[in-house]
Amino acid sequence: MSYGNLETLYRQVIMDHYKNPRNKGLKSGEDYYQVHLKNPTCGDDLTLQIKVKNNYITEVHHDGSGCSISMSAASVMSETIMGLKIEDAKKIIDNYLHMVKGEAYDAEIDMGDAIVYQGVSQFPARFKCATIAWNALDKVLEKHKVPDEK
Amino acid sequence: MDVNEIRQDFWVLANSSLAYLDNAASSLKPKPVIDMINHYYRDLGVNIHRGVYRLSYEATDLYEKARQKVADFINCKFEEVVFTRGASSALNLVASSLGMNEIKAGDEIITSELEHHSSMLPWQNVARIKKAKLVYVPLNEEKKITVENFKKVLSDKTKIVALNYVSNAMGYITPIKEIINLAHEKGAIVIVDAAQAVPHQSVDVKALDCDFLAFSGHKMCGPTGIGVLYGKYEFLQSMEPIEFGGDMIDYVGLQEVTYKDAPYKFETGTPLIAGAIGLGGAIDYLLNIGFDFIVKQEEELRTYLLKEMKKLSDITIYNPTTETGIIAFNINGVHPHDAASVFDEDDVAIRAGHHCAQPLMHCLNQIATIRASLYFYNNKADIDKLIKAIKKAKSFFAQFM
Repeated sequence: MSYGNLETLYRQVIMDHYKNPRNKGLKSGEDYYQVHLKNPTCGDDLTLQIKVKNNYITEVHHDGSGCSISMSAASVMSETIMGLKIEDAKKIIDNYLHMVKGEAYDAEIDMGDAIVYQGVSQFPARFKCATIAWNALDKVLEKHKVPDEK
Repeated sequence: MDVNEIRQDFWVLANSSLAYLDNAASSLKPKPVIDMINHYYRDLGVNIHRGVYRLSYEATDLYEKARQKVADFINCKFEEVVFTRGASSALNLVASSLGMNEIKAGDEIITSELEHHSSMLPWQNVARIKKAKLVYVPLNEEKKITVENFKKVLSDKTKIVALNYVSNAMGYITPIKEIINLAHEKGAIVIVDAAQAVPHQSVDVKALDCDFLAFSGHKMCGPTGIGVLYGKYEFLQSMEPIEFGGDMIDYVGLQEVTYKDAPYKFETGTPLIAGAIGLGGAIDYLLNIGFDFIVKQEEELRTYLLKEMKKLSDITIYNPTTETGIIAFNINGVHPHDAASVFDEDDVAIRAGHHCAQPLMHCLNQIATIRASLYFYNNKADIDKLIKAIKKAKSFFAQFM
């Protein structure tokens, strides 16, 4: 059976991250920056934690519930940004958002497995699913700017 | 009545291969309704109630004739029909006016976990501010509201009963007539959310003896942005308006004001004139189709859909005893939004989500469900497309299991 466009949305690597999420589960400790985002219309719910040392992201943890696109994207994102400088992570966020919206993006920027979410651009109804984790990352990096608001 | 002929009235059905099965969210709009809306905007386009020129008179006449059509449709008096933005704003009007003025600390308000948020949240808000108690009818095993369970929560303290007539998420018909009788014995006021009832069955507010009843135009072949609050006239007359301004007043002084009689004191500002006229057109359209046909068609399709779904493995149907055209299910192991994307690829429009009924989702222990909802213009081919799409979603996601 041919599944057409669906094959471009649900790539093997996406479903693998959905079934076997990396870095899932939250840690306790005061040196984590944390945000909680929800998409109330569809029920996606995600908490993201990061640890930053000398401007480098040294730990990423996530937890939550939702569809395969939203949950796998959190897992893929956690692997993609681990160990990166904050400014490089921000460049990837920006580039990723352009890519899933179907806008022009920079193919030279290494986004790791996140590149497989290209197919989302053909499913505008799933844009929110593919971006909740990356929006959470954007927010948590903003928090890092204000150290008092851990 | 021939369904294929009826389908020609709906542009989307006549010109695409879409299986539209999201009718509980909104129905499609037939040509006669669109023509009436266009007639107002193209040929009239002026305000009502105020102008003395002919166009304004004609617009006023059509607007008020629409009110009479609504009154005849649900069997009430002309002045008992308040035009609102929809069922939500109608239900909010009752809570904001009657609720905020009459409810006192310790009073009890009965609602249920089967409600649309629009039916229970206005009263949750009243209860919180007035320190009243919000009481939930315990649902039975099938998640139905029963008369027996209603009796368990009804008490001398009950002042308000706010329940649905037909559940938007499960399609059950509430035994509302018996509940209204019991509530009245205790002197409680009953507000019925009939948004999923009025489009699909004949509703008679006098026979029900409900105190208030709300519904939306857009779920019954009418336009969006228009709805109705029915209220017994003595209640409407005694209630305070919640919005103030033009058209709702009788005399305005610097420190005092008197209002028009109901329903006008609740309709300030220029209303959705085209919407009301379009709703009148939708009522004409539905009456022409006839509720005998609508009920029969939905029943036949529901029976067929349930029969076909029960042949499939790995499907959970949450309401196998549904009494209307609403079927809630999930494909085991597949998130409803993932399934919905597969359906969308196959031109099957259904709803995946919590259906504005989060308390019910908690009851079902699900984040979300897939909901297929039928209307009289659906046919067997629509059901076949849905079944095919379910099979495709199952096999597609099975690859990754």
